[in-house]
Amino acid sequence: MSILVDQNTKVLCQGLTGSQGTLHSTQALAYGTKLVAGVTPGRGGSEHLGLPVFDTVKDAIDSTGATVSVIYVPAPFCLDSIFESIEAGLDLIVCITEGIPTLDMLRAKALLNRTHTRLVGPNCPGVITPGDCKIGIMPAEIHRPGNVGVVSRSGTLTYEAVKQITDNGFGQSTCVGIGGDPIPGTHFIDVIELFENDPQTDAIVMVGEIGGTAEEETADFIKEHVSKPVIAYIAGATAPKGKRMGHAGAIIAGGKGTAEDKYAALDAAGAQTVRNLAHIGEALAQVLSN
Amino acid sequence: MNLHEYQAKTLFHDFGLPVSIGRVVQSADEVPNALSQIGGDSWVAKVQVHAGGRGKAGGVKLVSSVEAAQDFASSWLGKRLVTHQTDADGQQIASVYYESLTDIDREIYLGAVIDRASQSVVVMASTEGGVEIETVAAESPEKIIRASIDPSIGAQAFQGRAMAYKLGLKKHQVRQFTSIFLNLCRLFHELDCALVEVNPLVVTKAGDVHCLDAKINIDSNAIFRQPKLAEMRDSSQEDPREEHAAKFKLSYVAMDGNIGCMVNGAGLAMGTMDLVKLYGGSPANFLDVGGGVNTASVSEAFKIILSDPQVRAVLINIFGGIVSCAVIAEGIVEAYREVGVSVPVIVRFDGNSADEGREFLRASGLAIIAADSLQDAAQKSVEAAGAQS
Repeated sequence: MSILVDQNTKVLCQGLTGSQGTLHSTQALAYGTKLVAGVTPGRGGSEHLGLPVFDTVKDAIDSTGATVSVIYVPAPFCLDSIFESIEAGLDLIVCITEGIPTLDMLRAKALLNRTHTRLVGPNCPGVITPGDCKIGIMPAEIHRPGNVGVVSRSGTLTYEAVKQITDNGFGQSTCVGIGGDPIPGTHFIDVIELFENDPQTDAIVMVGEIGGTAEEETADFIKEHVSKPVIAYIAGATAPKGKRMGHAGAIIAGGKGTAEDKYAALDAAGAQTVRNLAHIGEALAQVLSN
Repeated sequence: MNLHEYQAKTLFHDFGLPVSIGRVVQSADEVPNALSQIGGDSWVAKVQVHAGGRGKAGGVKLVSSVEAAQDFASSWLGKRLVTHQTDADGQQIASVYYESLTDIDREIYLGAVIDRASQSVVVMASTEGGVEIETVAAESPEKIIRASIDPSIGAQAFQGRAMAYKLGLKKHQVRQFTSIFLNLCRLFHELDCALVEVNPLVVTKAGDVHCLDAKINIDSNAIFRQPKLAEMRDSSQEDPREEHAAKFKLSYVAMDGNIGCMVNGAGLAMGTMDLVKLYGGSPANFLDVGGGVNTASVSEAFKIILSDPQVRAVLINIFGGIVSCAVIAEGIVEAYREVGVSVPVIVRFDGNSADEGREFLRASGLAIIAADSLQDAAQKSVEAAGAQS
């Protein structure tokens, strides 16, 4: 068991024929992901990386039975790609693209809220169930199948956490990058709820950062609904106020969204907080050996 | 991306929002002509900088003669204004805005933001005009009236009316406010705003609702489809190093410590700064070299970090995902030779080709300190910076 994706998940790629789509789809295929189709309007009927290319998502689903889409389409065209996949009825959309206008995301969310489709991202590394299915841009070799669920707002920080988990002799059930934008498709709470209900997952590693109040809301959820141990790290304790720290969503605005507030909320919720980035793996090992 | 008040007011006017007649000048010579276009015999002069708190800092003045207006321009143009919202250096003043006078009966706050928690645009109003909304939110949150805008259907008149009644506005003012509310929301959506503020929105002595101030912040991600707004960018208001870094797709924020940091990924970059602090050091900057890092960007990153005279050591932390540490190592060695690095450089590689990367650095013979781990890298950087200062 795992969450969101497994060895049977059939994936289509919007933007397969572009440079990013080509690079990461090649790696996904090498990993064994059941990537079954590409969608590039105007290229329908052709082949790329040995996969059939379709003009529309609907055509791709009808021919291949794909249930998940990964999007590498450039930001100006992303909302349209997301709408097309929601309308086609896919279960999951993983959007890697960075730089989507925030108002576009509000519109995407409005449609997502009326359908069963789940969007992970944008501006994220993707989703991986080690050994089974890799969707996104994360380096495959640091992952091992295991019993730790990982959810994070940051790409390289996810890799850091995953590597420490692996180095300490554990593995991951599924790793979900929810992305660094202010309006993400999927929140910490959504993913943590899935991990709580996943029999393979025994512990959860949550990597947050400054900006917004998602971590505080997650702390409330953990307190009420999560029985599994949660190890939480928050980046940005030294970040100055009012400055955007690389990610569109990583900004302390109006005094809200500091690392201290988030740590305090998570501590109060009974999560195992880690303030030293290098100690995530050790903290997990301690929790799991108890 | 922030706009100046005079730019925001031009846009307000385009969207049917009532603003005062005003003219902007870049030199004192232009003042007489600007004032005669506005008319009247008294005006408000305001320096144009991307920061609030201008009034308290002396950047806003009532002037009652052309000479006084010119004196104001001469005394401020080319100088810098320091307010509670700027850093100690303040913001460059390149223009002054003159406006006709408004007789004020009462002040109201009106603003719109993208609210992350409710995932919608939220319009806020308060009877506490002229006061920062964060202060009102902290001290008397009950005074803030909110309306959430559904992204599918947009702002509705009834929401504006409800807000107007709660603010205690009277009949024709309710109509005026509702129109302002709807036009403000239209502007917000059509111009891809992240924030719009009218603080204060005033009721004039004549009883009309009027936008006395205007603040617009545009979503940087949407600039590609707002070419008119892109032209309004004033780079003199931004940190020159941050501006320069952005040209090379580097994300840089200056801090006041002495350990320069070069990291791939925003989250890891913040985490690295935090770790430096945890081991008793002080980060000089946030710098994310991004996913498409190459030799040229590493070289540029070095130059930007070393342009800060306080830097005593440089910590490079790369977790190779798609990017290979071996490629980064070549970039570091090349940049090291090209830029002429005189402070200790500590490198931590992990992930993709980390061993090859470390080996390449060793073989270069340069005095680069290779760290075994993240913790080791942070500790060695703090030690090195301490020994240098």
